[in-house]
Amino acid sequence: MNDRIKKLREQSLRARPSISSERARIVTDSYRSPEVQRASVPVQRALVFKALMEKKAIFIDDGELIVGERGPAHKATPTYPEVCCHSLEDLETLDSRPKTSYTVDEETLRLYHEEIIPFWRGRSMRERIFADMRPEWKEAYEAGIFTEFMEQRAPGHTVLGDKIYRKGLLDIINDIKESVDHLDFFNDPEALDKQEELRAMAICAEALITYARRHAELARKMAEGEKDPVRKKELEKIAAVCEWVPAHAPRDFWEALQYYWFVHVGVTTEFNTWDSFNPGRLDQHLYPFYQKGLEDGSLDREKAAELLQALWVKFNNQPAPPKVGVTAEESGTYTDFALINVGGLRPDGRDGANELSYLILDVIEEMRLLQPSSMVQVSAKNPDSLLLRALKIVRTGFGQPSIFNTDAIVQELVRQGKSVEDARKGGSSGCVEAGAFGAEAYILTGYFNIPKVFEITLNNGVDPRTGKKIGLETGDPRNFQTFDELMQAFEKQMRYFIEVKIRGNNVIEKLYAEYLPAPFLSLFIDDCVLKGKDYHDGGARYNTRYIQGVGLGSITDILASVRYNVYDRKVVSMDELLKALSQNFQGYERLRDRFLNKTPKYGNDDDYADELTRLVFEMYFRLIDGRPTVCGGTYRVNLLPTTVHVYFGRVTGATPDGRLAGEPLSEGISPVQGMDRKGPTAVIKSAGKIDHIRTGGTLLNQKFTPQLLADDEGLVKLKDLIRAYFKLMGHHIQFNVVTADTLRDAQKHPEKYRDLIVRVAGYSDYFIDCARELQDEIIRRTEHQGF
Amino acid sequence: MEGLIFDLKRYAVHDGPGIRLNVFFKGCPLHCLWCHNPEGVAFEPELMLMPNRCARCGDCVRACRYQALSQNGNGQVKADRSRCTLCGDCLQACQREAIEIAGRKMTVEEIATEAEKERVFFEQSGGGVTLTGGEPLAQPAFAEALIDSLKLHGFHVALDTSGYAPAEVFRNLAKKADLVLFDLKIMDETRHKKYTGVSNRIILENFQSLEKLGKPVWVRFPLIPGVNDDENNLEAMASFLCQLRSVEQVNVLPYHKGGLEKIRRLGREGEFAVFEPPSQEKVQSVIDFFARRGFKVKRGG
Repeated sequence: MNDRIKKLREQSLRARPSISSERARIVTDSYRSPEVQRASVPVQRALVFKALMEKKAIFIDDGELIVGERGPAHKATPTYPEVCCHSLEDLETLDSRPKTSYTVDEETLRLYHEEIIPFWRGRSMRERIFADMRPEWKEAYEAGIFTEFMEQRAPGHTVLGDKIYRKGLLDIINDIKESVDHLDFFNDPEALDKQEELRAMAICAEALITYARRHAELARKMAEGEKDPVRKKELEKIAAVCEWVPAHAPRDFWEALQYYWFVHVGVTTEFNTWDSFNPGRLDQHLYPFYQKGLEDGSLDREKAAELLQALWVKFNNQPAPPKVGVTAEESGTYTDFALINVGGLRPDGRDGANELSYLILDVIEEMRLLQPSSMVQVSAKNPDSLLLRALKIVRTGFGQPSIFNTDAIVQELVRQGKSVEDARKGGSSGCVEAGAFGAEAYILTGYFNIPKVFEITLNNGVDPRTGKKIGLETGDPRNFQTFDELMQAFEKQMRYFIEVKIRGNNVIEKLYAEYLPAPFLSLFIDDCVLKGKDYHDGGARYNTRYIQGVGLGSITDILASVRYNVYDRKVVSMDELLKALSQNFQGYERLRDRFLNKTPKYGNDDDYADELTRLVFEMYFRLIDGRPTVCGGTYRVNLLPTTVHVYFGRVTGATPDGRLAGEPLSEGISPVQGMDRKGPTAVIKSAGKIDHIRTGGTLLNQKFTPQLLADDEGLVKLKDLIRAYFKLMGHHIQFNVVTADTLRDAQKHPEKYRDLIVRVAGYSDYFIDCARELQDEIIRRTEHQGF
Repeated sequence: MEGLIFDLKRYAVHDGPGIRLNVFFKGCPLHCLWCHNPEGVAFEPELMLMPNRCARCGDCVRACRYQALSQNGNGQVKADRSRCTLCGDCLQACQREAIEIAGRKMTVEEIATEAEKERVFFEQSGGGVTLTGGEPLAQPAFAEALIDSLKLHGFHVALDTSGYAPAEVFRNLAKKADLVLFDLKIMDETRHKKYTGVSNRIILENFQSLEKLGKPVWVRFPLIPGVNDDENNLEAMASFLCQLRSVEQVNVLPYHKGGLEKIRRLGREGEFAVFEPPSQEKVQSVIDFFARRGFKVKRGG
């Protein structure tokens, strides 16, 4: 890392996240103008975007190579009042909460008080959504049965493909014209809507060109006044780059990166999309530019690394948009889930690892930044050397990169109906979600608390935490003669809540399609332009919606305990079990010990338990997979938690696996914390028993102490462990490499561990930024000792 | 056929190539004072008490029909092992796994089934099963049947042994295994007797016989300060090993105190000794010593 990057990186690390009211102000002003008010909804959105691109403050910092920022300063984070209009209390909470806080200044509070809140109160998407939800949805939401992703953030959840490396926005504008020319105004009842949508897209495309040219102008002006001849030349180059992209297709490595970054700023300014946005298969996309640069002498390894590092700093300058309420609970992090994919396959099926893959891994290791997050795609065709290189970074305890199985991802996507080429162009984004990059809207709609539904089943439809009847009366479990009867009641209850969720989802999907389209994002995801359809309205080639199941390990252990102790061994009656649970095991300590220690558990390659994992998985799959969404998509399942297992645990009472009320649930498909006692191979065997291919992603967390990976032989064995998991068609695995003592010390002396990044779920986070409970849980996750 | 086994350990990565399943045979003719698997020494199952897991509830005491268990004033459980029949009632009564019996009869098939569970890892990593202990050669018929069965399953088998066994037994089992992990401790016979309880003559002879079998050997040298880390012992060991071409590598295993807790659990305090773990520098100097003599050396297994 050279001095320039060191400085930019330091600057990024030092910058404190703050709320910027700039976007809210421009958006509100813009919505007030008659021109916007009389336009169609998509054009309204485009004009608002245009105003943002024309009026946003811009700056080029000393030493910067890649330019453009979402906010007016590093880590100045915009708000999106049309989606979620923060109250003054929200803003105060954001400012003062102990974790993931954002500085809010007086001026912002004033502006919100006088302008933003009066205009948006009652009109934001968030309020529309809550107003439109039925009572049963609200009850379930409040009980913590599920969360709702779109209640304060726009859908997003997609990744860029290779389009921008082939086409400038002027080319895309030509495509738009062609689509308009092909509209059938006589036979297609949607033709007029499509025309408006396409007009909106063209306005957005021009707006980004304007935004880039503003940077070109600024750079040129700065160059004129620059004394240092080296920096002067750089600024001139920046001006030339911003003049060319995004209007035209990039010609070199630098232009390719800058083009991407402008698009990134555009997407994250248009909306507070979930999972920000991300260039996806960066090594594949950039490789031709890299090769060409090396050949014609315009680029060398160092320069390529420097430009990549400059991009990395840009990502780190953009914390996640502020989240409040349940959404802050389910995803309490500054990370905005941009997941760079390295390795994997080429569209024709050949090994995709190239020199740039290794260079990007070097950059990841050297930069050690929270954002962007990174992952390595490993196909059977990729060399071991790629995986070993990645594991050398894992070993440093940085929590990145996470490791994905390309061959599983491709099969998952093909099963969902994608062409094999589109599948190979895809990968994973966010935490672990599989997607066809550049051609798919794969939208997570919310987490689903499976153990909580079982708790309600045990209570015949009542949530014991509140005493409210929120579920179906599926029968008093004391009257069930067999475990199968209990499972049937559980499935009925699951179906009920899943349908409550889906009914709400349908409304929300429609609301976004109708009131908040995303014409800018639609420019880049095929086939929105071709179809004249918005990304939020089924414009993408593939449209998928997910409900993310949470607590697979917990529910397995819960069911195993009930089956084993109540029905098989009959050591406790259902009545007594229910009493013990309602007492949170007080006075039932021996029974709890039995549940914890002498009952089969998931994660130990024990078929008694693992068979139940499969049963629950099949049930969850059966109840969700294949259902249609309202805008032409299909429902699928995946299994990941971000940080929601802590929140879901908090709202769930004591469970028959011995878990006390309020304790976190298991995360992803990992075993319940500390219950995997037979080492990592047994965990992998257990996790390998579900059919990952029928999911859109699963998350398996493993923690290793550094000692186990100290020498290269340990690393090779870890590599083999992963390869074996991938032979079993596991989707993903990630590693925390730290000692529990280190973490405990970090709790005591957070100031000493500001740089300590740990793997939380599908992402890494600063340990000191994690909630205390989450910190405790990370410490508890089983450490696999060498011997 | 049944053998007495005290543990099966998955994801063993320090006892032979690749990812392995370790099968711990119970019973050892040696009694090394530094033993880190003291539960592997006796040839009978033994009661182990784990006070760190104990809730001091007294369930085990009440469950025992032979008055072998009692609680002291602060509730801590004590065992009178002379009264214990190893009936297992206390294990059933305890809900926290604070009592275990080290050593249980296992059949060849049971172990092969466990190994099958790890097949995907063995095949991926070039691993397999390691027979260790205790001393596998002390249950020769069972060890032979087990190796035969594992070989039939197509698994790589490593035999981890002290080499203390009748020559025919040693040669027969070493021939069947794919790799021998040979624990070589002390070259001087008197000192060997003093610290391990047996002469090393038969051990060294057995070692030499590996040469004729052409069996690859990894020498495992437990480095115990004040016992075998002296120049004389190192020199003698190096010159002995130099003559043998089948030695593929030397593993230096620094003494650690991991066995002490287990000794307490077994109630066998006083039967073993406590040493100080060697310093990092010392370990490195021993590694360098063997490396200088042309051996491939590794720290740890």
